[in-house]
Amino acid sequence: MDETWSVSELNRYVRQALEQDYRLQGVRVTGEISGFRTYPSGHWYFTLKDAGAQVNCVMWRGRAEAQRSRYLPREGEAVEAQGSVTLYEVRGQYQLDVTWLQPIGEGELYREFLRLKGKLESEGLFAPERKRPLPLQPRSIGIVTSPAGAALRDILNILRRRFPLAHVILSPTLVQGAEAPPQIVAALAALARHKPDVIILARGGGALEDLWAFNDERVARAIAAARAPVISGIGHETDFTIADFVADVRAPTPSAAAELVTAISVEDLRAEVDLLAARLAESLLEMTQYKRLTLAERQAQLKGLSPQAQLRNARQRAENLAARAATAMLHRLALERERWQGWRLALNEVSPLAVLERGYAIVNRPTGAIVRRVKDVKPGDPLRVRVSEGEFGVKVE
Amino acid sequence: MSPRSKPKTKTLAVVTELSFEQAFEELEQIVRRLEEGQLSLDDSLALFERGQSLAARCGVLLETAELKIKKLMPDRLGDDFEDFEEAET
Repeated sequence: MDETWSVSELNRYVRQALEQDYRLQGVRVTGEISGFRTYPSGHWYFTLKDAGAQVNCVMWRGRAEAQRSRYLPREGEAVEAQGSVTLYEVRGQYQLDVTWLQPIGEGELYREFLRLKGKLESEGLFAPERKRPLPLQPRSIGIVTSPAGAALRDILNILRRRFPLAHVILSPTLVQGAEAPPQIVAALAALARHKPDVIILARGGGALEDLWAFNDERVARAIAAARAPVISGIGHETDFTIADFVADVRAPTPSAAAELVTAISVEDLRAEVDLLAARLAESLLEMTQYKRLTLAERQAQLKGLSPQAQLRNARQRAENLAARAATAMLHRLALERERWQGWRLALNEVSPLAVLERGYAIVNRPTGAIVRRVKDVKPGDPLRVRVSEGEFGVKVE
Repeated sequence: MSPRSKPKTKTLAVVTELSFEQAFEELEQIVRRLEEGQLSLDDSLALFERGQSLAARCGVLLETAELKIKKLMPDRLGDDFEDFEEAET
């Protein structure tokens, strides 16, 4: 074999060698599903893995559709797969061309997840009464995530748009791999010294094992011990990690975490400021209207003190007095009249004329002297007799 | 922070030096006091003017706010953070 092959020739040869090995055709393999993706073409891609190794798998559309009705595999589940080993020549990668799948119970990782979840839950780390509310207007926001990840970019975009008044303190960390858990714990500790009002713990979406750092007991305890409320935004909406359960608030994604942390946006604040400014203007308007009223009252009082007004007042008072005097006078006159009437009646009583009215007469001599005694007259004397209605002459007999 | 019962004689902070929270809080107090309407016309006018500049201050701060980002440098002691520059994508 001293001939030289091209890469394509090599890959084709290896593929044929694999496909001719009857033990590799129709082989059954057990492992955990990981990195499961369905493509628009309808094909499924995933890897099967155990503690020490993994293999790429593909399930073509027709088989995937048939499989879907029997059993839809999910991340982390342990399955038995049957298929044929082949080589993807373009990449030189060998893969399992899967014909069918069936579940063989919960995967090892998932069992570990459930064990830890149960343990922490029984300790009360997920208890609702432990959950702290997020601040409405955080001044400083701590972020624990990878400085290079899309999660950070998404978070910063949203914070910039919704609440640029905040200060961000980024505490960088690895978010996947064996080194990630201690780094996350250290990043939380470093952040604590800067006393942020709230902490976002975030990681973009990925396969289940990529999120595994967030199912670590050390990370869970560090979250529980954080002084500021922690909001988790890890993976996609369907991903639940232990960190999500311990966090004060679980957001479905990093972006959602940023939204929840900025419950009040600058738009809301602008509206509130506008409202306050309107109330301010209104209060002054009411105030000046009120003051104008009292001003009018004061002016009325002031007018009362002017000389003209005093004159007018004096005149009025004089008129009042005159009126009162006139009334008094009238009363007085009436009184006097009555008294005078009384006097006149009394005078009448004693008047000689009044005696005449009662039928008496007064007799005078022609000289005018009143005849009081018989010896004052002799027969033949002319006398005048006065009665109440006139007088007449008589002769003495 | 300060209770509302503080004497009126306290010197007022320069409006342009107030943070958004400070300006907003003082503006709220002023509006409340004006709405109570217990003040003289002079005091009311002075408060109104202060309120107006506080509202303007709030508006400017909201308009010009820029997210400040610091990145912690866990390996450094003392001055342990620096400005964070986002990689252009």
